[in-house]
Amino acid sequence: MSENTIHNNDYAVIGKSVPRIDGREKVTGAAKYTGDLKFPNMLYGKILTSPHAHARILSIDTSEAEKLAGVKAVITHKDVPSLKYGISPARWDENIFCIDKVRFVGDKVAAVACIDEETCYKALKLIKVEYEVLPAVLDPLTAMDEGQPLVHEEYERNINTEIHQEFGDMENAFKNAHHIRKDRFVGQRTYQSPIEPHSAISMWQDGKLTIYSSTQSPHYFQYYIAREFGMKMGDVRILKTYVGGGFGGKLEPTGLEFAGAVLAKNTGRPVKMFYDRAEMFAHNRGRHAQYMEITSAVDKDGKILGCHTNFIMDGGAYTSLGIASAYYAGALLPLTYEFDNYKFDMFRVYTNLPACGAQRGHGAPQPKYAFECHLDEIARDLNIDPLEIRIRNARRPNTVTPNDFGINSCEIKSCLERAGAMSGWAEKKGKLPKGRGIGVATGSFVSGAGYPIYRTNLPHASAMIKVHEDGTAATLYTGAVDIGQGSDTVLSQMAAEAMGFVYEQMKIVAADTETTPHDFGAYASRQTLMSGAAVKQAGEEVKRQLLDMAASMLQRPVYDLDVKAGEIFSISDSSVSLSFSDAAREFFVRRGPLVGKGSYTPPKLGGKFKGAAVGTSPAYSFCAQVSEVQIDEETGVIDVLDVWDVHDCGMVINPGLLHGQVHGALFMGLGESIWEQVLFDDKGKIVNANLAEYRLPTALDMPKVHSGLIDSYEPAGPWGVKEVGEGSTNPTMGCFANAIYDAMGVRINSLPLTYEKVWRALKEKREKEQAQK
Amino acid sequence: MKQIITLKVNGELRDAAISVNKTLLEVLREDLGLTGTKKGCDHGECGACTVLVNGIPTSSCLTLAVTCQGKDIMTIESLASIDKLHPLQEAFINHGAIQCGFCTPGMLLVAKTLLDEDPHPDREKITASIAGNICRCTGYVKIIEAIEAVAAQTP
Repeated sequence: MSENTIHNNDYAVIGKSVPRIDGREKVTGAAKYTGDLKFPNMLYGKILTSPHAHARILSIDTSEAEKLAGVKAVITHKDVPSLKYGISPARWDENIFCIDKVRFVGDKVAAVACIDEETCYKALKLIKVEYEVLPAVLDPLTAMDEGQPLVHEEYERNINTEIHQEFGDMENAFKNAHHIRKDRFVGQRTYQSPIEPHSAISMWQDGKLTIYSSTQSPHYFQYYIAREFGMKMGDVRILKTYVGGGFGGKLEPTGLEFAGAVLAKNTGRPVKMFYDRAEMFAHNRGRHAQYMEITSAVDKDGKILGCHTNFIMDGGAYTSLGIASAYYAGALLPLTYEFDNYKFDMFRVYTNLPACGAQRGHGAPQPKYAFECHLDEIARDLNIDPLEIRIRNARRPNTVTPNDFGINSCEIKSCLERAGAMSGWAEKKGKLPKGRGIGVATGSFVSGAGYPIYRTNLPHASAMIKVHEDGTAATLYTGAVDIGQGSDTVLSQMAAEAMGFVYEQMKIVAADTETTPHDFGAYASRQTLMSGAAVKQAGEEVKRQLLDMAASMLQRPVYDLDVKAGEIFSISDSSVSLSFSDAAREFFVRRGPLVGKGSYTPPKLGGKFKGAAVGTSPAYSFCAQVSEVQIDEETGVIDVLDVWDVHDCGMVINPGLLHGQVHGALFMGLGESIWEQVLFDDKGKIVNANLAEYRLPTALDMPKVHSGLIDSYEPAGPWGVKEVGEGSTNPTMGCFANAIYDAMGVRINSLPLTYEKVWRALKEKREKEQAQK
Repeated sequence: MKQIITLKVNGELRDAAISVNKTLLEVLREDLGLTGTKKGCDHGECGACTVLVNGIPTSSCLTLAVTCQGKDIMTIESLASIDKLHPLQEAFINHGAIQCGFCTPGMLLVAKTLLDEDPHPDREKITASIAGNICRCTGYVKIIEAIEAVAAQTP
């Protein structure tokens, strides 16, 4: 905390809201996304998907499609490797194309490459697939029952994964409790819905496969594509262009890359593949629906003694990143409040619905919603103020969670107090007019995962900086992935700061597996801390070499020199100066390229029990949110008026970008709280696979947002940084749910808290009250 | 069956041989190489494909190109002059109104129309004017602030 304050004013580049490095490209329409690219002789490809939730494939006849003019290739499972894949090596359960059966409406069956898009659609219609429709598993709550059809024959009772963890002494905690409460909540299935649809362009040159892709992780794409085709990773190049948002949905390879690679190979031409909006929903690796039962034991002051979470997750037809989602759901719950005794049970079940994976906050936001509602109920039972019960239980810095996560910096108590003060909690709680309510919740998230998705000892991040020959610019080469959050900008600021250079002359080459050094990419809120640590090291290596050269040029000892904002100066003699550029140019003349490199590997983290690695992180962000809502009791319409969000996210590199992340996370949380939900018909087909009926919030729906920061310094992060982008989604649903509850006086135990549910709950409440009279 | 059409795009007359069922979005992106106009949903729901047709914000994904002959079409590529960004573009950069940038072209053209018609709109009017354009990243807060900033600079 203090270090941040002491050093903050000394920084020349970080801690400032410099404009985005890609701003000009984006406002002029010059920024090229994968779907904007065209290559000579390029073909277009589309995937044929299953119309059934669960069916055996009896035969596939592609002959008519092959005869159609303009069709250059048609492929099915017979033309591709049968090796199963999946982003999570815990369960590789997907094939490029289905072999004997399809498992959800949208499962991949065949693909075509044609001279244009229109021909693709005609060709898809000509592929004849004979199916034997099977009974489908559509309800996750009965999926484990005896006699249910099996989504994957090798997974009995449709159990994709089960987790049973227990820490501390639960029996004792519950025995000594003043009060025990059990609640059940339901979190719905949602979708990331980035505005840019997925696309990928594949091409081969001399045995090397190159894929331009809208991806959050070129590295994982490269790894899994090489594995699938039995290639050396060095023969696969993945490049990211500009990416139009990801939010978790672009983390794993989709059918587009695998099918595109084969179509490109078979035709000898570049092939552009893409999902349209409806297909994106079917490809859905969005947030799992979760059924959550929470039982807590508390003392008379509301201090949590022990907690048991018992969850079921609808995984859909495949694993995706769902094993991690399942662990995250329980593992991250003890972060914000201190208690020693914790039990976590989880079943992630297969159903014949699209697979779910990681969406902003990964597994954690819904359990957090449930727990925050549950804690409000406990506060009410004990007649304790909801803000007060949170402050009493708030985690302290330098503590360890029951599941062995070490917490360094943690200012959650200050976040709560500040959010309370900013919102006028004390003046409002219990005193608002009818129909108006105020609620509070907290959140926390990892600043990067402690372990990579597949087992490897590669560093998590690395970076190189090359100072240009004349010393007037420097290029940062990083594998980190800017999907809109602004990592290119933040990492360029960090590079300039570490080198003693200026941001305005920074260039960046990012997220290309061939030209940039390895980095795992944009997920688990990892880049500011992890990629940043690598960049800092690279910058410091440049600085050391530069000052060494300057010492020789100025004939002064190197320890007397420093460099900042492009100027080298003497610590002892203010008359001495030399520009960064001149020293860098001279370095090149005398010693060759001025290059710095860095890498980052997190320390060994976590306990020794099964699943102990998931949820570990070098550092955790914390935040508190208060919101105020107005409910129209006649119609159930919810109007979110104000949100106060206070964050502990360590040292802030770019306050403007940080607040942008907070606003965006709030916006997504708002959508998930009230409107967003993927809906299915009784055959397992999505009925709202479009942006009109899957209702994203518009500008008119946004409340007034007041965001605040708590001064904090994280010792595990470069310059004291932590994450912000995902943690801010974490409290939002619980916060709105609690405000809505406060306004209504009746609890709705499922998300989203739609107008209809509110209206019905209020109607039932009125009827009950009348019956009692 | 293809037909040759002439479109006036960003002040230039451009010819394209197209099928009559092609949308303005497809012709701009595929035939004229103007990829600044984005395809987000292709159903008129997201606003990413917004262009100005005779000065009116229009979902180019719902507009047949053949119907645009003889009309003035403006895309994001002509909002800036060669040496100077439009004040809205400057403001979007300086106020952090951009994240992934995919909605930005449509958002800017809608904002331009608003300010051309009313240089000093209040917050409510600004909010309503961009309500047809979905931004999945920013929560709109900084977009609205950027538009307000331009309005405040305008005498």
